[in-house]
Amino acid sequence: MSLTIDPGIWVAALFTLAIFSFLYKDNPVYKFAEHLLVGVSAGYYLVQYFFSAVYKKLYVPVFINGEYWLIVGGILGIMMFARLSRRSEWVSRYPVAFYVAAWAGYVIPSYIQVRILQQVKSTMFNPFAMSIQEALSATVLLVGVITTLLYFYFSAEHKGGLKHVSRIGITFLMIGFGATFGYNVMGRVSLLIGRFQFLMTDWLGIIQ
Amino acid sequence: MDRYEIWRFDGERGAAAFRISLPDTVGLMDYLESSPRVKMVVPGSEDSVQVSKMVAPGSRDTVYVSKVAEPDVEDSVYVDSRLSRDRQYQHLLVAHGGNLTLPYGLTAPESPRRQWIKYSTINILVAVAAFLASMLVLVTRARRGAKLFIRRIAGLEAVEEAVGRATEMGRPILYVPGLDPMDEVATVAAINILGQVAKKAGEYETRLVVPNRDPIVMAVAQQVVRESYSAVGKPYLYRQEDVFYVTYSQFGFAAAVAGLMMRDRPATNFFMGHFYAESLVLAETGNATGAIQIAGTDSDAQLPFFITACDYTLIGEELYAGSVYLSREPLLLGTLKAQDYAKVVIITAMLAGIVLSMINPGIAESFKSLFR
Repeated sequence: MSLTIDPGIWVAALFTLAIFSFLYKDNPVYKFAEHLLVGVSAGYYLVQYFFSAVYKKLYVPVFINGEYWLIVGGILGIMMFARLSRRSEWVSRYPVAFYVAAWAGYVIPSYIQVRILQQVKSTMFNPFAMSIQEALSATVLLVGVITTLLYFYFSAEHKGGLKHVSRIGITFLMIGFGATFGYNVMGRVSLLIGRFQFLMTDWLGIIQ
Repeated sequence: MDRYEIWRFDGERGAAAFRISLPDTVGLMDYLESSPRVKMVVPGSEDSVQVSKMVAPGSRDTVYVSKVAEPDVEDSVYVDSRLSRDRQYQHLLVAHGGNLTLPYGLTAPESPRRQWIKYSTINILVAVAAFLASMLVLVTRARRGAKLFIRRIAGLEAVEEAVGRATEMGRPILYVPGLDPMDEVATVAAINILGQVAKKAGEYETRLVVPNRDPIVMAVAQQVVRESYSAVGKPYLYRQEDVFYVTYSQFGFAAAVAGLMMRDRPATNFFMGHFYAESLVLAETGNATGAIQIAGTDSDAQLPFFITACDYTLIGEELYAGSVYLSREPLLLGTLKAQDYAKVVIITAMLAGIVLSMINPGIAESFKSLFR
């Protein structure tokens, strides 16, 4: 065992243990680590956004490249600060409304194309032009898509035939969720192992 | 079909896109998004295929095309967005292998032209228009008092019970509207449900706490909670400090909300919206505090965690339907009905495509092209 003398690793290791202490119960050490993480990250993102948005996307294009039409975006951004006063708070609704509406209009066509039209196209197949395995696989996919869509059909009570069909749909969903759960748990375990490796190797030097 | 054809020449943005079909012997090995060349491999050798452009027709000087949109060899799309309307261009596809250079094709000289309508996506316009038309009809019907049925959704039936429980216990309600910004559908749905939950919290005079990761979502959430309290005649219940910003850091936010759950011990937790890896941290901590938990997300990777750790979970579109279910507002009701009818159309289209493929593949291909 050879403890490191690197202060950066000591800080990282102690804060790792401070966060892990939450597994026992909420305590002052965890609170300290939590507040520090929240405070540091808020400050970090404030600076990062200032440079990536205000400086790079507003100051440089407007005042250096002469793209004056971008001032409109800058004004909308400044209007957001009207929230700070109760009397002028109503002004901030306009940039929010503009942002939500403009972005919705921008993404709806691409959502429809990628998430609906192209997926519908991919589900259409000719079983006679496929091998038996491929046709079987495509059929399972089709049954899964249709029954799952019908599970999310809200205009009729799940009774009679629809009850059975939607039950098949939810079964498909649960099989998918089960597979995702296992996959994600494996990912989390590997993250935990990575953290322990850091403690054992970089900090304590138990593992060389 | 030519191995190399222009399928869109978009003058509005000064961009050209090409659909390229390559011989079967060439397979994609790698593509470099930041590089102007596409690296391909002919089995058994280290050959490559590049897309270049000639700025002046017939010129010997070529410039690499900068972006590869799709890595699919059978149907690759290459976009060159650095074109000017006052010049002519020819695009060239060339394979390089050892000392051998093999040209695959050369486009005719073209200048970008202004196009007011993007005809390649007209099918999306038709789909949106049809959906909007059906929505308007259904909204009008709902406003005239027609009874539009919506089936029972268990997770939403429990909202009243969950708010009532917090009131009885004298503890606050925690509502997390996901981690995504306001442009995400799940966040919009989460904010709509927040409005309904805030109304119920206002009726019962129970404190509602809403931590936020995104400042714009926070601004909208504050507005929605205030209006909901006003709608039930209790505007004085609104406290701006209860709808607050935490941090944009994913795990900083998760740590803060977990700490809040342990300290304030809310009786009811709502996790609605889009979540990432922090979902299990939030749901597990809430479970450990003994709170009744209702989650709803369209994130398929996080749904399993909510299903295991929460009392009720709204799966995918149930989240979108949530605000309709709770409010029964005609506008939202009409939208949900239109979505349901769209699902029927989609199922019908899929089955029609399969039947056509079996009967007449030629017609089926034309039919499929409507869904490009």
